[in-house]
Amino acid sequence: MQKSLHINPDKCTGCMQCEMACSYENYAAFNPSMSRIKVFDFHHSGKKVPYTCTQCDEAWCMRACPVDAIKTDAATGAKIVLEAACVGCKVCTIACPFGTVNYVFSTGKVQKCDLCGGAPACAVACPTGAITYVDAAWTGLERMKQWAAKTGDQPRAS
Amino acid sequence: MSWARRILRVNLTEGTCAAEPLNMQWARAYIGQRGLATKYFVSEVDAKVDPLSPENKIIFATGPLTGTMASTGGRYSVITKGPLTGAIACSNSGGYWGAELKMAGWDMIIFEGKSPKPVYLYLENDTALLLDAGWLWGKSVWETEPALRAKHQDPQIRVSSIGRAGETGCLYAAVVNDLHRAAGRSGVGTVMGSKNLKAIAVRGTKGVSNIRDFPEFMKATTAAKKVLADHPVTGQGLPKYGTQVLMNVINEIGALPTRNHREVQFEGAKNISGEAMHEPRKTDGKPNLVTNQACFGCTIACGRISKLDEGHFTVKTRPEYWGASGGLEYEAAWALGSANGVNDLETLTYANFVCNEQGMDPISFGATVGAVMELFEMGVLKKEQLGIDAPFGSAQALAHFVEVTVKGEGFGKEIALGSKRLTAKYGHPDLSMSVKGQEFPAYDSRGIQGMGLTYATSNRGACHLRSYTVASEVLGIPVKTDPLVTEGKPALVKAFQDATAIFDSAGICLFTSFAWTLADVQPQLAAACLQEFTMDELALIGERIWNLERDFNNRAGFTSKDDNLPKRLLTEPAKTGPAKGKVSGLDKMLPEYYELRGWDKNGQLKPETRARLKL
Repeated sequence: MQKSLHINPDKCTGCMQCEMACSYENYAAFNPSMSRIKVFDFHHSGKKVPYTCTQCDEAWCMRACPVDAIKTDAATGAKIVLEAACVGCKVCTIACPFGTVNYVFSTGKVQKCDLCGGAPACAVACPTGAITYVDAAWTGLERMKQWAAKTGDQPRAS
Repeated sequence: MSWARRILRVNLTEGTCAAEPLNMQWARAYIGQRGLATKYFVSEVDAKVDPLSPENKIIFATGPLTGTMASTGGRYSVITKGPLTGAIACSNSGGYWGAELKMAGWDMIIFEGKSPKPVYLYLENDTALLLDAGWLWGKSVWETEPALRAKHQDPQIRVSSIGRAGETGCLYAAVVNDLHRAAGRSGVGTVMGSKNLKAIAVRGTKGVSNIRDFPEFMKATTAAKKVLADHPVTGQGLPKYGTQVLMNVINEIGALPTRNHREVQFEGAKNISGEAMHEPRKTDGKPNLVTNQACFGCTIACGRISKLDEGHFTVKTRPEYWGASGGLEYEAAWALGSANGVNDLETLTYANFVCNEQGMDPISFGATVGAVMELFEMGVLKKEQLGIDAPFGSAQALAHFVEVTVKGEGFGKEIALGSKRLTAKYGHPDLSMSVKGQEFPAYDSRGIQGMGLTYATSNRGACHLRSYTVASEVLGIPVKTDPLVTEGKPALVKAFQDATAIFDSAGICLFTSFAWTLADVQPQLAAACLQEFTMDELALIGERIWNLERDFNNRAGFTSKDDNLPKRLLTEPAKTGPAKGKVSGLDKMLPEYYELRGWDKNGQLKPETRARLKL
């Protein structure tokens, strides 16, 4: 089964455990500035929203890369950056409509979420279930269930 | 290791910034943050110094777990000599700023001297610059933070700053970071203002990578997070209700100081409680509480995010207060509410917003208003002086006072001096509900006897965060003790004081201690820092830190006479509730406490105590 990161902002508290877990997984450091997932704090509404790559099927970043440095991981469906091939031209960062591919100054390459090879550290670290790793075909299941409960999980009228 | 092993020394008089290696011997002996910064402070500053003179210093310090995946590992403390008390001041804050400082590669910043004109420190990893803050002076915290991000064209900058209260000399001005997280007490923001230091803007991209044993650390922090998640207080009560979970509980046990401690139960407690914050308002159908929020690294998330009723009298013409922002914690709700007899949740929330916006401690402010209202009802203070009728329970008076106090206008100038100075000026010093000049927080020591000893001996003046025996006496953590008896409390207070010093020095939040004991902290500290941080060693370090602070206060001129409580708590019995008829039994506890501490009758460290603790 192909899985996908599923983000529910209503559950996010803004604790940054995901950002630390991401940087630890990839750089062996607690360093949100190197994280591939970012939590945005919309303080006027009180909302915190984690955001990262959604692993597009027809990925703009992959199509734009002039040296074929972005490939699909067959096991997870993640679009991954081949660091040996990346020349740091940043064209992918322009092509991505969502801003989730970014240049890393210290390596001279770009980085993006690679789903940690199938066990995303952010989802493991999230203490509230705001970030989960679920069946990619059923990311709407939980929301459907909530509406199903509203319409169907009621006492019978008669 | 986990320390960045580097400190920044900023001389505001000379306008210089210089890096220094961290004194690792001291780090070994005092851990970090509260303990380590206090060691630096007392070694460099004369205890007799005038807190608002250039000779005082102010230190912003992280702990070794700050900026790590340890739950709540985002704390920092501000250490200085406090202008409200003249004692050591050490105020702790969460939010994201502390972790950012650590990520920039610094354990602490020591500010010394006084800048000839307003400045702010801009710190981007190794780059430290003192820049002109003339254009920021007069701005609120809420204006300063976005202004600095805009100026440096960097939306990821974190800011710690003062608002108008710190600029105008309010003696309990706070340092505020991330809009509504505060190093709130003892006037640390006042000292910052006295040095013409408006803000510290930090961007750190180095991260924390020098954990002694990463696999061991991940194992220890994961296990400790589970302890927090599984505990009813840290796993359920605090996320849902915040510290406001306590309002109804403390009222029921008859330890909710009301109307300047005249009473111990407040008939309006339910209206200003954590439960009330969830209730839809009659006016607009929305609850006061929007959501909970975590600080950096925190898996508890007790923070309150509230929205005011836009039609409320305090804000109906001022949309700048209509957004979501830091809501009421228990101590603020008590000080702004019960201490004044005000039961209007919206007014309290508004006053709390203003305290955050302009950097002012809501506890000392609210408690001082309590004294003002009592003096008004006695006829000592008049409407003409105050600018408004101020009987107990007046939400209008509270809203008026918060506005004039943060700006230092009118009678607000006098409220800004705190209850000790204000009540003395008007001939009723006994009506100041304070110890060493700092106002009480939200627990009445007639109904929770251990808190009387806690307050009397707290090194920063009356404070609940130096030994929170409420945990034991009310909540049964780690073991239940009877709140109405004095027996056993000296040992309980000492144990809480020493353990708390470790939490405050490690870089983690004290609220973890509802679920964690030192046995949960120790593996995390040992894996991050040094194997030598054993349980025995931590117990000794905690005691050492406590005595280090005490010794500074003694040298500053405090004696056993200052380990006292206001006459009201010692002579006026509680009128209602389980503690009815009780006064504080401080005199029964203090001698035994001194004995346990290894202090003489004057409260001075005995030579053998000094030797045992290597002080």
